[in-house]
Amino acid sequence: MAKELWKGNEALAEAALRAGAEAYFGYPITPQTELLEHMSRRMPKLGLTFLQAESELASINMVYGAATVGARAMTSSSSPGISLMQEGLSYIAASEVPAVVVDIMRGGPGLGNIQPSQGDYFQMVKTAGHGDYHAIVLAPSTIQEAIDLIYDSFELAFKYRTIVTILADGSLGQMMEPVEMPEFKEWPEERPGWALTGAKGREPHTISSLYLGAENLEKLNLRLQKKLAEIKANEVRYETLMTDDAEFLIVAFGTVGRIAQSAVRQARENGVKVGLFRPITLWPFAEEELMAMTRRVRGVLVAEMNAGQMFEDVKAIAQGRIPVQFTGRMGGTIPLPDDILPALDTLIDSVRSRNGNKPEPTRAREVSA
Amino acid sequence: MAIAEPITQIAPDEPKLEEMEIIYQRPEAVAETYTHYCPGCTHGIIHRLVGEVIDELGVRERTIGVSPVGCAVFAYRYFNTDGVEAAHGRAPAMATGIKRAAPDKVVFTYQGDGDLASIGGNEILHACARGENITVIFVNNAVYGMTGGQMAPTTLPGMVTTSSPYGRDVKLQGAPIHITEMLAMMPGVAYAVRRSTHSVAEIRKTKKAIKLAFEAQLKGLGLGLVEVLSTCPTNWRLDPNESLNFIRDNMVPIYPPGDFKVHDELKKRR
Amino acid sequence: MEKSIIFSGFGGQGALFAGQLLTYAALDAGKHVTWIPSYGPEMRGGTAHCTVVVGDEPIGSPLVRNPDMVVAMNLPSADKYEPIVKENGLLVVNGSLVKRPIHRYDIDAIVIPANDIAQDYGNIRLANVVMLGALLAATELLPLEVVEQALEDHLPERHKRLLPANKAALHEGAQFARTMLPTEDGFRARAEKK
Repeated sequence: MAKELWKGNEALAEAALRAGAEAYFGYPITPQTELLEHMSRRMPKLGLTFLQAESELASINMVYGAATVGARAMTSSSSPGISLMQEGLSYIAASEVPAVVVDIMRGGPGLGNIQPSQGDYFQMVKTAGHGDYHAIVLAPSTIQEAIDLIYDSFELAFKYRTIVTILADGSLGQMMEPVEMPEFKEWPEERPGWALTGAKGREPHTISSLYLGAENLEKLNLRLQKKLAEIKANEVRYETLMTDDAEFLIVAFGTVGRIAQSAVRQARENGVKVGLFRPITLWPFAEEELMAMTRRVRGVLVAEMNAGQMFEDVKAIAQGRIPVQFTGRMGGTIPLPDDILPALDTLIDSVRSRNGNKPEPTRAREVSA
Repeated sequence: MAIAEPITQIAPDEPKLEEMEIIYQRPEAVAETYTHYCPGCTHGIIHRLVGEVIDELGVRERTIGVSPVGCAVFAYRYFNTDGVEAAHGRAPAMATGIKRAAPDKVVFTYQGDGDLASIGGNEILHACARGENITVIFVNNAVYGMTGGQMAPTTLPGMVTTSSPYGRDVKLQGAPIHITEMLAMMPGVAYAVRRSTHSVAEIRKTKKAIKLAFEAQLKGLGLGLVEVLSTCPTNWRLDPNESLNFIRDNMVPIYPPGDFKVHDELKKRR
Repeated sequence: MEKSIIFSGFGGQGALFAGQLLTYAALDAGKHVTWIPSYGPEMRGGTAHCTVVVGDEPIGSPLVRNPDMVVAMNLPSADKYEPIVKENGLLVVNGSLVKRPIHRYDIDAIVIPANDIAQDYGNIRLANVVMLGALLAATELLPLEVVEQALEDHLPERHKRLLPANKAALHEGAQFARTMLPTEDGFRARAEKK
């Protein structure tokens, strides 16, 4: 199929439709609004359900409702709207119904601004809703990858009866890239057995997140944890670049993950043996794979568009064996190779001085002759 | 302790129970279970009325009920239909999602005054604005029951609750919200009435109203809302009979039962 | 090869569309390409800009701090971007609106009266395409014909009647850039290097 130029938000919307989305509920918020607008244009013509809700609180609960009848339901928003959805996300997780949520992150805290950010790592990967649960969190770094990930999202959501989150930032939502759009997926007509379809010829089904009694609620939690362990075992995704002989490792996700590719190539040109580890699933995180890599390299640099949120996870994985340092930009500023390379030099220097050696002349940031 | 033999015969001269004509029984749409409601609470009556209506309309097998947070939090266990338990106040949003994704289903919410009129004010307002084709049973007992008797948006002026210990002062704590009158103004609402449970006559009227609210949905006319004045003997610190009188003497003057909106299609039916 | 270009101008001048046109052309030419706009309040009348990165390899960063080329359609854009154009880079400036000299001597500059040329073709809103033509003539980014084809394919339906004028404006912009070519020194803005 020929490549077409798509804007990130619209590509996500169209790919979600081709993945089988049947119902979309959302509320306008920059920088994700084109996703909602695309749905408003396309869904009525496809005979699907589009509804602009009165708030993000309402839209996530509409998704919750539609999910209980077995519909492939989704919503999208940006950081402040996602904060409002945390209540519904916790209920959906406890009720074990499938849902897809797109978060096109913007700068925070508070109203912040509408520029790109990765400040929702904590709220989406650690989950800001109450209780113990996780969503599968997918972090694309290109529009093609965003399409491919959301194309898988309903299958993942239904397989595990879980929330699947696409976590991207405003720049990915707003930019255009050549992509290939996949075909429409076929789904069976029949609803899953757990869905509410009316108590016809069977006992009533109920879907609830209320488990009075400590024993009952613990049972639910144990079941959820078992499911999460299964997801961890099966669904980890990540990508590496030039790690085979790497002495140093940059860990970055999403937009920063692709920018770090440029940084790695530039540093390699200057003779620095650096590789890139880019987690694609932020939950489940590629813990074992990264841990194995931290045993081979001398230092790790984490680059993010926040104050160091994934940084905490990478530090925990490295377990103090090697230096793990951080570089990041906030407030809607995207860290560019010019930001990442000096931080890489600082890491290299600190590793070498730690080993009692003088800093060597190799500099990642120097422009090669 | 020995368990008593079930009574099958009331007196030697009377016919055996199984030979008697059944003139009153549990509606099929109401589950055969114990409820957790307090003695004298009228939730049980309202549940039964909803169950009777679902039976009479023959829609039990395609009904999905949406329970609130509040005393009726377990309502989904008490109806013999499919059901969900919504977050506090979000039942109309959840019902919207269900009805939009499965328009062939009969969807109702069952919400209390804190759930619908306070935390869920925006959700019910916009469900009405959109004219969602659902039925809303709004149980108003002027108090937060489940949490132990705090002031609700519908608490009467001067009424003492655990969070208005000096009586609700409307200057400080606002005046009671007349939800049904407000929502009746919205074009998307097909039916908006207030009824009560304080007498047999009122209960019969309540059932008729609930039936019309479900019929509005079946006809696709828009949202049907029935506010039902209900008791809370436990938190009102009154016995069941005094509670019924409290509705009559104190609630009815503030919240007069009546029809605030009846779609023309429904008028024909009556 | 990887080149970054910033298009910048008043909202409504068509800077974003000029960038998109180049992006479509790059796509048609089988290049890797990204287009990213400034978004938000600027779109409503302030200065709008977009960054296009064209390359033979997958694009890493869609944004750059020091672009290889800048198309500045108004004075605020020239002021903002002239200082950050990469050394030996190219600045294309709309001389109809930017009446000041170019300060940098380490970059190439084309000062083109884009509004006036566009006006000659009957529509001041063609200035963006005029400037794109100049950019293409002065670089080896893409052949002019590929962009011409992109115009045909991607000019919004409601503007299709302006297609001939657009094509002519594109060529006129290119022609202008070629005529001011002093070959040896490129388009060096200041002949008197210090």
